[in-house]
Amino acid sequence: MSVTTPVGYDSKVEGNVIFTKLDAAINWMRGNSLWPMPMGLACCAIELMAASSARFDISRFGAEVMRFSPRQSDVMIVAGTVTYKMAYAVKRIWDQMPEPKWCIAMGACASSGGMYRSYAVLQGIDQLLPVDVYISGCPPRPEALLDGLMKLQKKIMGEHAIADQRRKYVEAAA
Amino acid sequence: MDAAAAKLEERFPGSVLEKKEFRGETSLSLKPESVRDVALYCRDALGFDYFLDLATIDHFDTEPRWEVVYELYSMAEGRHLRLKYSLPENDAEAPTVSDIWPTADWHEREAFDMMGIRFKNHPDLRRILMWDGYPHFPLRKDFPLEGLPSDVPDVAFTGIAPLQGGPFVTAPTDGTTQVREPRAHHTPPLPPKEKFIAEP
Repeated sequence: MSVTTPVGYDSKVEGNVIFTKLDAAINWMRGNSLWPMPMGLACCAIELMAASSARFDISRFGAEVMRFSPRQSDVMIVAGTVTYKMAYAVKRIWDQMPEPKWCIAMGACASSGGMYRSYAVLQGIDQLLPVDVYISGCPPRPEALLDGLMKLQKKIMGEHAIADQRRKYVEAAA
Repeated sequence: MDAAAAKLEERFPGSVLEKKEFRGETSLSLKPESVRDVALYCRDALGFDYFLDLATIDHFDTEPRWEVVYELYSMAEGRHLRLKYSLPENDAEAPTVSDIWPTADWHEREAFDMMGIRFKNHPDLRRILMWDGYPHFPLRKDFPLEGLPSDVPDVAFTGIAPLQGGPFVTAPTDGTTQVREPRAHHTPPLPPKEKFIAEP
C-alpha cells in the first residue's frame, strides 16, 4: 500500500495555494477527524473513556467527537466482550453507519472472544464486521488505543477512493 | 437445633425428609408436594420475609436428578433457613413460590433458563438471560462447555467456541502451577524455573 504524502506546502513559493492530490486531501481530512461510535460493552470501555479524558486526550488525534448516533460516526470502536445476545445489535448499529466507515476491535474479547471460551460469547467481532485494526490487551491501555488509532489513520492515508471512482467511470466510458 | 426448624417439623410431620446442621446453618430436605405449604408457613408464622436466593443442582446420572434450594432470611431476627427438594429427571416441574415472595419470580425464570426446570403456575415463565427460542439449557451437566450451535434468525446465533489449544485453556497435568499455566500450544512449553517468578 503506497502512502501518499498528504500535503506538500512551501509558503514562500506557493503563498495561499496548495497543490495536492484530491485523494490525499480527502484522506487527510478523513483521517484527522474520525468520529468514533463508542461501542462500549465491558471494561475496555473504561479505558476508552480514559483515552478521551484529559490525561491521554484522544482529541490530539482528532477523534474526540464520540457520537452516540451511528449516523454521525466514522469509526466503530468495539470495546469489550460481544455476547451472542448483543452480536446482532452491534451489527445493526454498524449497518446504520454511513460509508466510509472503519472498525477497531479493541481488546482481546472483541478481537477473538478473549478469555471467554464460552457458549455465550461471540469469538471475535470479525465474524460479523470487517475489522481494520485489532488492539491486543485485556484491557489495552489508552496508549494502545491511541496507537491503534494512528495505525488506522495510516491505513486511511493509503486509500484512493477518488482514483478508484475515476477509473471506474473511465472503464465504463471506454 | 434451630427453633424455626423444630417448629416446622412439628407443624408438618412427615414432610421433612432430612435435616442437617452444619456450622450453624440449618438445611431441611422436603417432599416436593409440601413445598408451598412449608413456604407459606415460613413466611407467615416463622418470619422468613426475605427470599435470599434460589439455586438448582444437576445431579447428573443419579435419580432424582434435579434439586432446588431456597435460601430464606428473617430480617427481624437475622436468621437463615435453607429448604431443599428434589425432582425426578423426566418431570422437572417445581411449584412456584413467586406469589409468596415476589422476588422469586426472576430467580425462577433464571432457573428455567439455565437448568430447564419449569415452575408450575409461574406468571411469566420466559427465558431471562438467553433469548426466546434458544434451544438448550446451558448449566445442565450434559451441556458442553464450548456450547452448541443454534440460530434464531434476526435474534441471535451461537457457535462452538474453540477450547483445545487456546491460550486460556489449561492442559491436564500433575505439574506445578507454572507448568499448568495456560499457554498457546504452538509455542514449546517453557522449562519450570528454579524460583517462582514473583519471588525476588
